[in-house]
Formats: sequence, C-alpha cells, structure tokens
Amino acid sequence: MTVLRQIYRERWGYYFITPTYLLTVLFAVAPVVMGVYFSLYRTVRGQSRYVGFDNYLRLFREEAFQRAIENTLYFVLLIVPLALAISLFLAVLVSPLGTKAQTFFRIAFYLPVVASPVVLSLVWLWIYNPVYGLLNYLLKLVGLPPRTWLSDLGTALPGLAVIVITWSIGQPLILFLAAIGAVPRDYYEAAIIDGGNAWQRFWHITLPLIQPTTLFVLITNTIGVFQIWVVIHLMTQGGPFYATQSLVYLLYQKAFVAGRFGEASALGVLLFVIIMAIAYIQFRFFSRSVEY
Amino acid sequence: MARIALDRSVASPGGILRRLTWSRALLAVRYLLLLALALGFLIPLYWMFTGAFKTQGSSFAVPPEWFPKRPTLANFELLFTRHPTVRWFANSMVVAAGTVFLTLLFSSLAGYSFAKKRFPGQQALFWILLATMMMPRQVTLVPLFILMRQLELFNTYLALILPLVSWPFGVFLLRQFIQSLPTELFDAARIDGAGEVGLWWHIVMPLSRPALGSLAIFTFVASWNDFFWQVVVTRTDTMRTLPVGLTRVAEQEFGVNLGIVMAGAVLTSLPLFAMFFAFQNYFIKGITMGAVKG
Repeated sequence: MTVLRQIYRERWGYYFITPTYLLTVLFAVAPVVMGVYFSLYRTVRGQSRYVGFDNYLRLFREEAFQRAIENTLYFVLLIVPLALAISLFLAVLVSPLGTKAQTFFRIAFYLPVVASPVVLSLVWLWIYNPVYGLLNYLLKLVGLPPRTWLSDLGTALPGLAVIVITWSIGQPLILFLAAIGAVPRDYYEAAIIDGGNAWQRFWHITLPLIQPTTLFVLITNTIGVFQIWVVIHLMTQGGPFYATQSLVYLLYQKAFVAGRFGEASALGVLLFVIIMAIAYIQFRFFSRSVEY
Repeated sequence: MARIALDRSVASPGGILRRLTWSRALLAVRYLLLLALALGFLIPLYWMFTGAFKTQGSSFAVPPEWFPKRPTLANFELLFTRHPTVRWFANSMVVAAGTVFLTLLFSSLAGYSFAKKRFPGQQALFWILLATMMMPRQVTLVPLFILMRQLELFNTYLALILPLVSWPFGVFLLRQFIQSLPTELFDAARIDGAGEVGLWWHIVMPLSRPALGSLAIFTFVASWNDFFWQVVVTRTDTMRTLPVGLTRVAEQEFGVNLGIVMAGAVLTSLPLFAMFFAFQNYFIKGITMGAVKG
C-alpha cells in the first residue's frame, strides 16, 4: 500500500517520462523483440513459415556473409586505431597553441564531420575516378601510375577506409583537447623540473589522465565503424566481388534489394549481439574508471 | 641533473637564445605540420565548392582546374529546374524541425523527471533507456520498417520523425544538466504555488537553455543526416529528403554533368555549415557534454 501511495504522490514523475517511454517501447524495444521473432521465420510465396535457426545457418554458409565479417573486422581494426592515433596526435600538437589557433584547427578538422557522409561520398567518388579524378592526377605529378581505385580488389577497401577516417577525427580531437586541457599544469612543471622529456610527459602524465576519454573514443568509434554503410552504398555497392561487403550493407541488400526479411533480421540479431558485447565491455570499463 | 642544466642555461645568455630559436623552430614545424594536415582534410570540401561552379566541360577537365576558369551558376539553375529540389529541401526542413521540436519537448520533460524527482522504479526505468541508447539503429532497421508499414506510416513525415525522437540521448543530456540546477529553486517555486507543469515551463525550460540549444543543433544535424532510414522509408519524390534526392541526382547526372551533383552537395551541406559556424560553441559543448559519463 505504501508503495502505491508513493506512486500516486509522485505521479507527475511518471507523467513526464510517459511520452519518451511510449516512443522508446514502440520504436526501440518492440523492434528488437520483433527482430528476433522474424529471424525464425521465412516468407515463401506470401506464406510465413517457422524455420527455426535456418536463416542463421544459411547466413553462415554464404560467402557474402563471411566476406562481410572479414571486411567489417578489417574496417574496425584499420579505422579505429588510426583515427584514435591521428586525433590524439593532433590534440597533442594543438593543445599548447593559443586560443585562436586552437579554435582554427578544431574547426578545420571538424568540418568534414559537419558535411554529411552522403555529400563527402559523392565528392570522393569524383576524386577517385580513374579518368578525371583528382587523386590519379596528383599521383601523376609525383610520377606514380594511375589506378582504378574503387574497382580494384586491392585498393577498394582501404580506399573507403580513408574516407571514413576523414570524418572520424573531428569529434575525438575535440574530446581529447578538452581532456588534455583539464590536466593540471603543475604536473607538467614538476615533470620538467625532474628532467622528463616531452615523450615521457606524454606517456606518464597525459596518457594515463585522459584514459577515460581514450576509452570513450575507442568504443564509440568501434560501434560506429561496425555500422559502415553510406560509403559502400554510394561508392562500391559491396563490390568488386564482395571486396567491400560489410555486415550492415549485407543486411540492407538482404532486406531491401532481395526482400529476404527473415535472413536480414537474423543478421540484425547477430549484429545486436556483437555490439551489445562491445557495449558491455564499455560498461565494465566505465564503472571501473575514474569519474571525470 | 636537470637542475644543473637549468642553472647553466640561466647562467649563459647564449644558452637561452639557442633554446629560444630552437623552440621557435619547433613551433614553426608544428604549425606547418598541422596546416598541411588540415589542408588534406579540407581538399574534398574545396573540391565540392569549386566543382559546383564549374562548367560541364571543366568538371571533366584533365588536368583538373584548381579554380573554375569560367565560374557559372548554371548548375544550380539546372538542379532546381530538372529535379524537385525545392520539395526535397522543404521535406528535410520539415522533418528536421519536427524532430527538433518533439525531441526538446519530450527530453526536457523526462530529463526533469529523472533529475529532480524520486519515484519507485526510477532507477530501473533509467537503465532501460540507457540500454536502448547504446543500441545501434541498424539492428532494428528491418523490424522498424515492417512496423511502419503495419502502422501505415510508410512514406510519411511521421515515419521519418518518430524513430529519431525515440533515441533517448536528449534525456541524458538534459538530466545531466538539470541535476546541476539548485533544488532550492524548485522548492521556493513550489511554496509560491507553482504547479508541476509550471515548474517545468517556468524554471526547467528557461534555465536549461544552453543544454536545449546544444540538443536542438545535434538533433537537427542527426535528422538532416539520417540518410539510411530516409532511403528505406521513403518511396516517392514528394516524400524524399534532400540527401536522398541528391543521390537520385547523382545516379542520373554523375557521368554527364558533375557540376549539378556538386551543386546539390553544396545545397545539402550548406544548412549544416551555416549552423556550425553560427553555433560553434554549442557544437563543442554538446560534444563534450555528451561524452561525459555517456
């Protein structure tokens, strides 16, 4: 009874979260449940049939799926560490500069994030064009042979990764600058008096103190890169020969090109499990690391 | 050791001078390196802007024209006359405005409730929201698409707006911000006879303006760039948003007239750039606020 009375007394607390909760349940929680359900069914000639785990088994046997896993891992392992290293390097270079210079570089590196991925993908499509693209022209200037970037098995995947890196730097840079700015100055002064060089100061002071930010960047970028889709959709459509097929692009093809909603749902569930595992790791680290 | 080195440099003026020129040279190297990298990052954007003003011939020119030799506005004219670009632009604006409005409204209510009220089950309800926030939208893409068809919302503004509003990032941002408001303020207003809705409207809303500003900008950008979902859930030219329309233009014109595609790209990114330059500080604040304790 006391709980009921308490609920009644605090009823406005519930009223205020109701709109948010209605939307969350309808458009975020229900689709997860539906996704699991759909992944166990297959529609054949308009008839929905229970097929157990057959959708999953079909996926595992498919070459496109295996390549999608490989490529997605490749993207993650290439883009995430590179984006982290570049943005951290830039932050260290920018952080001692004056306010105006800091603002300038923050803007310069954040602008590609502001332009939408759709826009940048189209511009890069032009830059990579083997006949009239800027890249081959620049290579010719330094005496290198032209390449057919996006239709070449060897360069298509790294070619897309480069583009994604250009818009994965801006946000971490801003976060790192804020984190480095929060490190007390006297730590560095003490280290200088003790004879610590620039590298030692970075390794023993900056890096440990900005660790929560590093972790945040690492994990949000990982989850972001797992969902790579726009560049593939607009530039290579997963080709040549599955060379740029990714998990999310495969999901898109299954659902909206081939109309196989069961298999697409199974892929969605797998993606959910993978990403929740990453989120779980994120959680454990966050509860352990220092408040900031 | 270090102390001795320090003393020696103080003792001889030559040492200080050498140190100064050395550190100045390092600073110059630092600037050069940063400028070169920034240039590399900005070249695609430069290419887009200049490309939009190039004639059909010069967009395919080899060697490429670093600056359009005969700058023209014809691309923009063709973009608007050959394609329903105005409609696409209006669609994107309507969808973004609707998303921003509903997100601010619902997030401020829920954020206030989670920050300043105590009710049974609050913790659990909050964790559920946290879990849904971490969930990537691509995972629920297929069921959401089927759901929209069943609700007969497919190819409507609501289908474009509601899934984004249900993303609870704003609730967290505002809860974080409202927690920092002094509780005495609410107690005083309550004593003065303010109702629950009055507290929200007269205290929470005006005082959270900085957080609401950041959230509005982020939501606008998120909605404008919600390309994947917009591709999936729109079917007709009258419902397409500008980025989706732009890809239609690209499909038809890419090998024919690059200038039109680049003009469309400029138009698509212009509202985002304008917003960024007008509200830079909100952007920076929003990014750091969103990251702090997720």
